[in-house]
Amino acid sequence: MIPINAVLGLGLLLFCLGLFGVLFRKNLVIMLMSLELLLNGVNVILAGLGRQRGTARGSIFALFVIVMAVSEAAVGFALVLAYFRQNKTYDIDRLNKLRG
Amino acid sequence: MFVWIPLFPLVGVVLNGLLGGRFFSRRLIHGTAVGAVALSFLASAAAFARLLGSTEPSQVKTLGVWIPATVVRLLSRNATSFSVDLAFRYDSLAAVMTLVVTGVALLIHIYSIGYMAHEKSYARFFAYMNLFTFAMLILVLGANLAVAFIGWEGVGLCSYLLIGFWFSKDAAANAGKKAFITNRVGDFGFLLGTGLLLATLGTIDTAQVNALAAGGGLTKGTATAAALLLFLGAVGKSAQIPLYTWLPDAMEGPTPVSALIHAATMVTAGVYMVARLNALFSFSGTALTVVAVVGALTAVYAATMALVQHDIKRVLAYSTISQIGYMFLGLGVGAFSAGIFHLMTHAFFKSLLFLAAGSVIHALAGEQDLRKMGGLRSRLPWTYRVFLVGALAIAGVPGLAGFFSKDEILAAAFGAGNYAVWVLGLAGAGLTAFYMFRLIFLAFYGPQRSGPEAKHHLHESPPVMMRPLQVLAGLSVVGGYIGLPHILGGGNWFARFLEPSTGLHELHLAAPTELLLMVLSAGIAAAGIAAAYIIYIRKDGAPARRLAERFSTLYRVISRKYYVDEVYNGVLVNGTLQAGRVAAAFDARIIDGLVDGAAALARGVSSLAILFDGRAIDGAVNGLGSVHRVLSGALRRVQTGYVYNYALAVIFGILVLISLVVTIF
Repeated sequence: MIPINAVLGLGLLLFCLGLFGVLFRKNLVIMLMSLELLLNGVNVILAGLGRQRGTARGSIFALFVIVMAVSEAAVGFALVLAYFRQNKTYDIDRLNKLRG
Repeated sequence: MFVWIPLFPLVGVVLNGLLGGRFFSRRLIHGTAVGAVALSFLASAAAFARLLGSTEPSQVKTLGVWIPATVVRLLSRNATSFSVDLAFRYDSLAAVMTLVVTGVALLIHIYSIGYMAHEKSYARFFAYMNLFTFAMLILVLGANLAVAFIGWEGVGLCSYLLIGFWFSKDAAANAGKKAFITNRVGDFGFLLGTGLLLATLGTIDTAQVNALAAGGGLTKGTATAAALLLFLGAVGKSAQIPLYTWLPDAMEGPTPVSALIHAATMVTAGVYMVARLNALFSFSGTALTVVAVVGALTAVYAATMALVQHDIKRVLAYSTISQIGYMFLGLGVGAFSAGIFHLMTHAFFKSLLFLAAGSVIHALAGEQDLRKMGGLRSRLPWTYRVFLVGALAIAGVPGLAGFFSKDEILAAAFGAGNYAVWVLGLAGAGLTAFYMFRLIFLAFYGPQRSGPEAKHHLHESPPVMMRPLQVLAGLSVVGGYIGLPHILGGGNWFARFLEPSTGLHELHLAAPTELLLMVLSAGIAAAGIAAAYIIYIRKDGAPARRLAERFSTLYRVISRKYYVDEVYNGVLVNGTLQAGRVAAAFDARIIDGLVDGAAALARGVSSLAILFDGRAIDGAVNGLGSVHRVLSGALRRVQTGYVYNYALAVIFGILVLISLVVTIF
């Protein structure tokens, strides 16, 4: 039996890594990948807490999150691809056309 | 039906006026015009025959209401039941006039075919001539003064159009204007007279006016005022003192026009109108005296000017003025039928003289100066013959038309006891004989004074011009016999025929006196001719030149037409111009000043408004804008466009929310 704190620690680690990637990386693809990481950190925490309570609710919710993440990734990558076709770059610093 | 008479020329006008210029050949143009007048003449003759056969003295045909009473009531405010009918009257006076007008017009139309043969605006000429004939017939046949006024103005219009027929020539255009404007003065009198009759009698039907005047429906003063105002119209139209100056200038028009309008028909419209309203004029004795005096003075005055003119047509123009003076003289002494009789004979011999003069001018390629003619007798034998007939007729040589009519007028003047008028008339007769034969001797006798080119061009006119002249010459000879006086074995048929229209003028003269008067007027005519013969043939004009030198001032005054044109120009024309200038100055200073002042005021007010607009309104609007700009300038900094900035903000926001939730719950 894995202790619950280890599970929560892993989830938190993954979440923080994802957050770091989203905030500080400059490549769009890596940012999306970080977003997956961020979501999966949450999934780990959900699944872990569900198992500790002895129910399947946490896992089921995690499954929902995965499905949502897939959809998000599909849409996100499509947008990224469209952006790349136009600008031949993934650099997030160049993506500031909405600047006021 | 007599209303057909004016219809034919109207059809001619419509055809030639609308289609003639573009689609008709010259043959078709003059065929239409001459045919229209010929039909009109036939209709006149038919109507005349019917009148002779009928016991009715006059026929009236009302085509409809022209100005209904409702309209008059609307315009005049007071309750009146007056309306104007489009009505025509045919009686013996109208019969004489329609026959003379259509007959002479027919001959002159035919003559014009030859005279105007080289004219470019052929259709325009014939359309105008037909229009004139139409208007003249309306004037003659109109049963009331309003309908007659249509014709009265129509003939004035045609006179203007035809005097100015060659409108590219300044003199012709100006002469047309002069004729029209001078006639306006008279027409104004005509309108006022009509209005006065309408206001006092409530009718302007000529027969009713005559009946009411004779029946005492008018006061003497009103009758005199109305008659004199109407006579002012006659003075303008018939070129009497003081409104005669337009007629000599009217000679700028083509010669057939001068013959038809300015000799035979239109200028006698005034005579016709006075004769038409004879009871009105008779009732007001004063008006009749004025007519007689104006006529007698004009007869002599115009004759003196004819003595010294060098332009062949101007001599005839002054002669026309003088002869119309005779007609008025006749009317003025109460001999209305004699005036109309002279009108008719004058129409024959004066149109003959004008057309013969036109033949001379035609032969000399446009030369009108008597000093450049001479010796034309052998080259233009027929023209000479008809001209001589016309001159003998107008001079009053016994046996020709002019003698009978002029003698009847002079006898009437003598019989009325109006000796001053009679002496003036007699003097005018002598002058007439003199200036006519001066013209003949200068033009047809003596050496040829024309240039070699004109001599080469010299030719007798074609038959189409000569035939009408010969017909007119015949009429000038025999025309007088329809009015042969009792004393010479005639019954004065003409006067009796006119009696229903003009009344009969009884001549209370003993037979020897009447014969003596005849001999006297024949003698004075002979003296005039003899004087002209001695001066211009025997002495070759030397006495004339001597007289002109001896009395150079008088000669200059007469040959400058008594400076009347200059006076009219100086006083009336310049006066009008001066008044116009004063009005213009008033307009420029006062009216424009007011308008400009109002504009300046408006400009001042609007510049204030602009200031307010610029400062206050725009300031408020712009201020609102700049407030937004400043605020949004601060806000837009936040909008960096970088995703990670937004993401950071989201995370901070979540952290804040979480901490809020944690601290509160």
